[in-house]
Amino acid sequence: MPDAVWEPRIVAFFCNWCTYTAADLAGVSRLQYAPNVRVIRLMCSGRVDPQFILEALAKGADGVLIGGCHFGDCHYVEGNYKTFRRMRMLNRLLLALGIEPERVRLEWIAASEGDKLRHVVNEMVDRIRALGPLNLPERFQSWNRELSHQTPPCEGVLG
Amino acid sequence: MPMPKPKLAIYWCASCGGCEEAVVDLAEEIVELLQSVDLVFWPCATDLKRADLEHLPDQAIFVSLINGAIRTTEQEEMAHLLRQKSRFLIAYGACAHLGGIPGLANQFSREEILRYYFETGPSTVNPEKAQPQPSYTCGHHTLTLPDLHYKVRALDQVVSVDYYIPGCPPTPTLTRNALKALLAENPPPPGSVLAPDVALCDQCPRKATKPLQLSFTRFQRPHLAPIDPQQCLLAQGFLCLGPATRAGCEALCPRGNMPCSGCFGPTSRVRDPGAKILSSLCANLAPKTAEEIDAVLDTIPDPIGTFYRYSLPRSLLRGKVNTSPTNHAS
Repeated sequence: MPDAVWEPRIVAFFCNWCTYTAADLAGVSRLQYAPNVRVIRLMCSGRVDPQFILEALAKGADGVLIGGCHFGDCHYVEGNYKTFRRMRMLNRLLLALGIEPERVRLEWIAASEGDKLRHVVNEMVDRIRALGPLNLPERFQSWNRELSHQTPPCEGVLG
Repeated sequence: MPMPKPKLAIYWCASCGGCEEAVVDLAEEIVELLQSVDLVFWPCATDLKRADLEHLPDQAIFVSLINGAIRTTEQEEMAHLLRQKSRFLIAYGACAHLGGIPGLANQFSREEILRYYFETGPSTVNPEKAQPQPSYTCGHHTLTLPDLHYKVRALDQVVSVDYYIPGCPPTPTLTRNALKALLAENPPPPGSVLAPDVALCDQCPRKATKPLQLSFTRFQRPHLAPIDPQQCLLAQGFLCLGPATRAGCEALCPRGNMPCSGCFGPTSRVRDPGAKILSSLCANLAPKTAEEIDAVLDTIPDPIGTFYRYSLPRSLLRGKVNTSPTNHAS
């Protein structure tokens, strides 16, 4: 839909035990928040492989939100610490690759914090709206315009 | 009449020449190889020309080995020509497989690279600031040069590739086995990387000393700290990419007391080699606070060059995404 008005597309990875439950709570409490996030439930924020984040961006997401349990509350004890450390490095990597690190955000949201979830999602959407579209699929296509054969045989995924 | 021998072609794109050397490293066996195949094109070692290649019927070549990334219009053209003439096209070596070291140029714009090499580089003397032009007319003659692409690409980002032989460079054993496998009656499944689909740690003589739980308080650099020749390099704090790298080299670098730098690329389950090793290493940092974690991460001065040393063009983001415009008129 090239003529449609751009809306931020945000992929959210929420852990089953805290943040996803918080999203449920926000739902049953009828809290209103921006509809721009596509939530994917994982058992733990520690399951969020940095590959998921890069792939989401490469396939057209404008931002990625990761939600997990507060330190000390992780159902798997240390999963959120692993995520936290990975995200510190991923931030550096994104910066080096020319992507604003603010496009990827990590938040600890407990099962009882439905209101925090609403607040974080709204804030994230505002932030991405201010940054504008990332448009990686279109950017990759424009890179390939220099090729003499316009349809490269292999894109994205390693065989 | 004897059976015609299968035809072999070897070509060199954006690479250092080490892959050409790797073919010669077959040593005495190269004689055997050259007796069993009909060498129709190998500009580095023979006087065969592009015209010889053009005169061959389509698919006449049994196997073409292309090494090097695709960086210029000429390399792109030659890759298409070889594709057309070959039954099997093989990406030979890390650069053709994943983009390789030349692929790190995707961190810079074409303009930045040209300016550095022809104007500002410390060893450059070029007061006229002359830069190579794709075409130049002198009197009645027009001379042309291949144009530099804006992005470096792995071979399969330009033409379809049947097999990959990984490595910087591929080892003689791997090359020999791959050629034998192709000449055999049942070639491997198309698209295969012709090396074992397991992590390098599996072939590493230090494997027994790898701790179940790693815990990093800082990363050591191999030229700045003594290396124990027996113990797992990760356990000593050296950034060894073995856990995220495909086996097949028999752990040449760890055997030589150097950490693996990842030239064989990832195993088949990995979609982004850099993100994968980042995930594994960084999850295992010892500290728990942002400041302490950052202090450990500071000991990796060049994350892109470390995690994507051989694979940047073939990674999910392909390089720095906001370099200057690339959609020039073409």
